[in-house]
Amino acid sequence: MLEFSILFPSILGGLTTGAVYALIALGLTLIYGVLHIINFAHGAALMVALYAVYLLKSHFGIDPYLALPIVVPGMFALGYALQRGVINRASHGKDENILLVTLGISIVLENLALMAFKSDTRTIETAYTLSTVQIGPAFIALPKLVAFGGALVASTLLLLIVHRTDLGRAIRAVAKEKQGARLMGIDVDHVYAMSFGIGLGCLGAAACFLLPAYYVNPQVGSGFVLVAFTIVVLGGMGSFAGALLGGLLIGVVESLCGLFLGESLGQIGIFAIFIAVLLFRPQGLFGARA
Amino acid sequence: MRRDLPFIVFFTAMMVETIGVLDSGVWINFVAMALFTTLLAQAWNLLGGFGGQFSFGHALFFGCGAYTQAILQLSGGLGAWPALALSVALAAAVGAAVGALSFRYGLRGSYFALASLAFAEVFRIGALSLDITGGGVGLMLPLQEGFSRLQFGSRKGYALVLLAFVAAALVVSSWLRHSRFGAQLQAVRDNEDAARAVGVDPFTVKLRASMMSAAFMGAAGALYLQMFQYIDPAIAFGPAISVEALVGAIVGGMGTLWGPVLGAVVLHLLAEGTRNLFGQLPGLNMVIYGAVLVLIVTFLPRGLAGLGRSALVAFAAWRERRHG
Repeated sequence: MLEFSILFPSILGGLTTGAVYALIALGLTLIYGVLHIINFAHGAALMVALYAVYLLKSHFGIDPYLALPIVVPGMFALGYALQRGVINRASHGKDENILLVTLGISIVLENLALMAFKSDTRTIETAYTLSTVQIGPAFIALPKLVAFGGALVASTLLLLIVHRTDLGRAIRAVAKEKQGARLMGIDVDHVYAMSFGIGLGCLGAAACFLLPAYYVNPQVGSGFVLVAFTIVVLGGMGSFAGALLGGLLIGVVESLCGLFLGESLGQIGIFAIFIAVLLFRPQGLFGARA
Repeated sequence: MRRDLPFIVFFTAMMVETIGVLDSGVWINFVAMALFTTLLAQAWNLLGGFGGQFSFGHALFFGCGAYTQAILQLSGGLGAWPALALSVALAAAVGAAVGALSFRYGLRGSYFALASLAFAEVFRIGALSLDITGGGVGLMLPLQEGFSRLQFGSRKGYALVLLAFVAAALVVSSWLRHSRFGAQLQAVRDNEDAARAVGVDPFTVKLRASMMSAAFMGAAGALYLQMFQYIDPAIAFGPAISVEALVGAIVGGMGTLWGPVLGAVVLHLLAEGTRNLFGQLPGLNMVIYGAVLVLIVTFLPRGLAGLGRSALVAFAAWRERRHG
């Protein structure tokens, strides 16, 4: 049962899924780290991005990878507008309110998609959908390999933005000390909205890498959202390195659980980890405070 | 509590009368489903409204109640009423277990919301994979009408049973508003550290509230099964029921006696109204649910029940300005 030729493809598959998970979780952890809110609309926003990629391909014939420069700015704009126009207004400075508002937004988005597209599951056909690449004893679908590489590149870009640019400095300042940042002349509301926008931009990138090997339906986001929460909690809320490593780890755990327990129980390992981490180590693997 | 009791009795009597008089199937159905939603909102309100613990996975207790009710009758050979009692007890026990785990480790706010969501999800996947729950196919209860079987030919019977639980939840909520325990619970909600400093044990208080809330949620689940004779993992543990419960309570007014009733009825009217106006467009009623949730949180942070109070306060301020 523990033969290398069975385990290796499973781990490799887990890593490729995990990289996309990590990209989704990075967006979530950025939003959490700066705004200190849990974005319940993250899954619904991913669904919106996936539909955008789908429509671009089916109506305009734009390849999912070439859609990156359209979908990422689009999602960024959506995030900026949502934070500035809806979430900020509704918060009244209370975390519970933000939780509820993001939940409300996710309900609206999911059901708008249900109205527009019905509950059918849709996929796209590309020339490379069925191509595979051999790595050692494993055959891996080409889109998954591209997703792996793309997610890592996007994650690196995000880290560079946060650590090397003025915007990143402002984001980190607001995350640490909101009032102090305001006194230094930083427009806090703008930084909040930028962070939310970048968080959703990550979803845009994830959607472009995901769709060639995946599907989209109105509920597709909910499958990812708990996984992303798990990764964020596991890595330590607000920690970028934690989200990246946590994502890869969770991808492998899911893949191995699926291998040993069967497909339908594969995700139960994730939730077991989630509850265990929440209960016993809520600061996560890399988090600083309890 | 003595002040609330006449109103509760009056409300219950009015509802009994209304249910008795109604003869259109559509309206009886409407009343029964509105009472069902009310019960969900009231159950959520016990822990979320009075205790400030925002559960996003209350369907967990609903599903436990529904599945227990089904399994005890199908495999246990129990009657519907004893099964109902056991379903409520089991849901309360699950409430105690989840509460003990979450509150023991000090999960608060967003962390508790996430943990409750994850617990419901674990149970959903469990119900999908186990034999006793019928897997993804779900469980079906044979149709056998009769009071002893808790199955009725008309929705009137269900409406009356649901009303009994709604009235019981009103009494419990009223007790929470005026009793020592209720005061402790609301103190924990408003400031846990301050409550601890004056000698309240937050863990025990939250645990009890969690059990009460879960018990009513379990009753709603068991009655759902009796009404529709069917349950599957997505209905039982999926997000729809959790959302219905919390939205009803929040729109109506958290931590109030009549808020959940008001919220559930208004939302139900809204959902039915849009369904009649726009035909069977799937999803539209949920779009409105979500939009109303966002609007209420933005403009009426204390819900519909807070609207009346704000009007009174504004009126008093206006009078003061005129005379002062």
